[in-house]
Amino acid sequence: MAEFLQFLISGLTVGAVYALVALGFTLIYNASGVVNFAQGEFVMLGGMVTVFVSAAGVPLPLAAVIAIGVAVAIGLLLHRFAIEPARGASAVTLIIITIGASILLRGLAAIVFDKQFHKLPAFTGDTPVDVLGAAVQPQSFWVLGGTAVVVLALYVFLEHTITGKAVLATAANRLAARLVGINTTTIMALAFGGSAAIGAIAGILVTPITLTSYDVGTLLALKGFAAAMLGGMGNPLGAVVGGLLLGLLEAFGAGYISSTYKDAFAFVVILIVLFAAPQGLFGRRVVERV
Amino acid sequence: MRALLNQRSITLLVLAAVIAALPFVFPSSYYFRVASLVWVSALAAIGLNILMGQAGQVSLGHAAFFGIGAYAVAIGPTHLGIPPWAALLVGAVLSGILAYLVGRPILRLKGHYLAIATLGLGVLVALVITTESRWTGGPDGMPVERLTLFGWRVSGSYTWYWVTGGLLLVGTWIALNLDETPTGRAFRALHDSEVAAQVVGVDVARFKLQAFVIAAIYASLAGSALAFMNGFINPDQAGFLHSVELVTIVVLGGLGSVFGSIVGAAVLITLPQALTIFQEYEHLLLGLIIIVAMIFMRNGIVPSLSGLLVRRARS
Amino acid sequence: MNSKTALKSLLVASVMSFGFAQGALAQNTVKIGSVLSVTGPSSFLGEPEDKTLRLYVDKINAAGGVAGKKIELVIYDDGGDANKARTFATRLIEDDEVIAMVGGTTTGSTMAMIPVFEEAQVPFISLAGAIEVIDPVRKFVFKTPHTDKMACEKIFEDLKKRNLTKIGLISGTDGFGASMRAQCVKVAPNYGMEILSDESYGPRDSDMTAQLTKIKNTAGVQAVVNPGFGQGPAIVTRNYAQLGMTNIPFYQSHGVASKSFIDLAGAAAEGVRLPAAALLVGDKLPESDPQKKVVTEYKQAYEGATKQSVSTFGGHAYDGLFILVEAMKRANSTDPKKIRDEIEKTKGFVGTGGIVNMSPTDHLGLDLSAFRMLEIKGGDWNLVASGS
Repeated sequence: MAEFLQFLISGLTVGAVYALVALGFTLIYNASGVVNFAQGEFVMLGGMVTVFVSAAGVPLPLAAVIAIGVAVAIGLLLHRFAIEPARGASAVTLIIITIGASILLRGLAAIVFDKQFHKLPAFTGDTPVDVLGAAVQPQSFWVLGGTAVVVLALYVFLEHTITGKAVLATAANRLAARLVGINTTTIMALAFGGSAAIGAIAGILVTPITLTSYDVGTLLALKGFAAAMLGGMGNPLGAVVGGLLLGLLEAFGAGYISSTYKDAFAFVVILIVLFAAPQGLFGRRVVERV
Repeated sequence: MRALLNQRSITLLVLAAVIAALPFVFPSSYYFRVASLVWVSALAAIGLNILMGQAGQVSLGHAAFFGIGAYAVAIGPTHLGIPPWAALLVGAVLSGILAYLVGRPILRLKGHYLAIATLGLGVLVALVITTESRWTGGPDGMPVERLTLFGWRVSGSYTWYWVTGGLLLVGTWIALNLDETPTGRAFRALHDSEVAAQVVGVDVARFKLQAFVIAAIYASLAGSALAFMNGFINPDQAGFLHSVELVTIVVLGGLGSVFGSIVGAAVLITLPQALTIFQEYEHLLLGLIIIVAMIFMRNGIVPSLSGLLVRRARS
Repeated sequence: MNSKTALKSLLVASVMSFGFAQGALAQNTVKIGSVLSVTGPSSFLGEPEDKTLRLYVDKINAAGGVAGKKIELVIYDDGGDANKARTFATRLIEDDEVIAMVGGTTTGSTMAMIPVFEEAQVPFISLAGAIEVIDPVRKFVFKTPHTDKMACEKIFEDLKKRNLTKIGLISGTDGFGASMRAQCVKVAPNYGMEILSDESYGPRDSDMTAQLTKIKNTAGVQAVVNPGFGQGPAIVTRNYAQLGMTNIPFYQSHGVASKSFIDLAGAAAEGVRLPAAALLVGDKLPESDPQKKVVTEYKQAYEGATKQSVSTFGGHAYDGLFILVEAMKRANSTDPKKIRDEIEKTKGFVGTGGIVNMSPTDHLGLDLSAFRMLEIKGGDWNLVASGS
């Protein structure tokens, strides 16, 4: 039981990060139809900026806010100078642009910061908490709690504010949204900023556990994309469930089956799910128009 | 029809002329090495372009087939006593069979779901290669026996320049011809609209599968060629980043343009070599160039530039 | 058709353009090449190597160069990609015409580059860890870091002294971890070691509690060994403490031999042992130690110039550069073959990694005594007194 719980919490913690990255994917995808492969770089920025700003003597909470600000600014710049000028280009062209952006941001981080690994202190100490026999880092609760808050805030924003509803309307049908007077360009900028903020928050929450460096983004983007697809692209709830599920699959796979093949295990499950449900777990069935 | 035929043979002639002419301006065998790398990547990209550009299906795991081809010629002669040239064929056949088997369920998926499924396939193949070190040498890779054809040991940058150049010519010729066959037309119908193609009686599933198998065989042959050329192979060649590189080549050069894949490969392979003079700014610039190129040539380098030239010629 | 020919010439131009970037070859310089993983997953190895080479080549040139010739250093970054490394190796040989190479951060890229240097008959001093670089011996290939086999032997020697014979392994699936794991499994019987549990983790994994829980629940494990490099071992160490396993002796490898490991793992690193070069404990060496002078000077120079703490990885580059420079002085020639012969005759060279004595059958020249067994105490490296 203790073993099961240990795997469970480990899986949920890792999965929460995947969930936040997947949520970032979803937000941008909904507003613009772009699959943003630079999403992992926002996570990197959140961690790295916080590390370097706090190392310069700024208190941690303020450093975290600055990091989120920097990530949002870069998200907006990305939208303004890379995505917006290519408006109307095919989906795959836009994907390549975001891949270019991720190479650029990594290169920039390697110059501005460095190529070493860095850590942040855990928010509330390192002493493990005993949960029914499982030893849990207090930071895990921060990650899980932080993820819950982000998801809730996003839910409230989307369902209960006018701007949020405009985002949903844009996601449902961009042309129709424009016809009813929604400025879809602003909505897209908002999505890039918001998703950068979510990524940065994930980076800040998780760096005390996972450490960070200029190139942590690539793998996170891959895992986050997988999570988003597992849940069903475009569905925020799906993204969160997909992320948590992916984390759990890895932890239980490593714990009960084989640590060498744990990634294989996760992807085999994704493939099986997609064969059974080609739109992911919570995806919408789309009727293709001719 | 005659004009099209012309255009095809001219493309081939130009390519052959370039391959033949470059050696006269190359100052050292290093340039032959870089050019050979371009030819190999172009070969894999042309195959992928049949799947992406013509049949409209994205694959984010295409390096898996590249890796299978590469490891076939590494493992076959070393562990199984298969002659190198036969191992190359075995690799191509294995890639084709794997593509055929997984293609059926995977190609039912659409758009990004297809992308993630192929990505998963790629991750699985790369993981097996990395892990089964008894056969593959693990993450550090393994040496590859030299290719011998009729007692002739194929080695050296110059030799490989011609071998890979020849392979590329054949690959280009087949791809160009495919373009004009009923299969090629069916592929393009798929690309434009799957539903519409289905309605007019195209067996969508069969043609998608065909494109997938063809693309896999191209990648496998390119992988084998690279492994022979390097005399060494490691799992990076089967990895996710290599898959992304192949997709980038195809899109950068131009979806659906055979010629574009060659240009895309030339740009993406030579650019990092040229950018080394900028030292640590190399990656930053590479990213920037990709972004700017895609913004201003959103259909890819070749279609965009030739479109521009055609418009200019008209006005 | 004009469009296509125009494009073709564009292509030719792009292939050619970097030809002009080559600097003119001055007569009073010799070129030394290097291909390092300055970026990519092994950048924390490649970066200190890069900085060390640049720093010391400048110093050597400021002091008048080698035998009256200045050294021109050509460094390329392979980004951890072996295929790219291979291309750069060809470029160094064919285009830059270097007389020797000090580089090859990872075993993967080193193995891919070896055929190029063997064929061109240019000496290649590798900075990669695995034993396969120098075993079997290749005429033109040398290396400076201790082998992973030696690290396993050193660890097992220490375990034997403590009467611990039943161990658990947790290794990274990257080249370093996988290669060292294989060596440990191979030499374990020689030391009477029994491997009860054999787990692994991916190079970018961020949580290893699942694997460690399995080891923890394996009955009879008396010690745990973690072959790995990068951030992985730091996370393993933290998870190890989190799961309350610190009562079981824990061994890291020379793959974490830089101060940043202690910084990253924090308090969890207390009590961890590892085999490493004397460089890490320069200040704690007795005055009589022959390496004392070299390691303290290198540490000061490196930390002064880069503001980063010293690592043994940069040390390997230092050793490689100076083994080469001394050989060039002895050969008094820029002929790669003569330099190779002199490198092979290196005897009693005091480097950061140990005292190097090469021979035609040994292109590393270090024995187990070059490794010191260290224990982390009070956030710093400490020498383990022999016999404890």
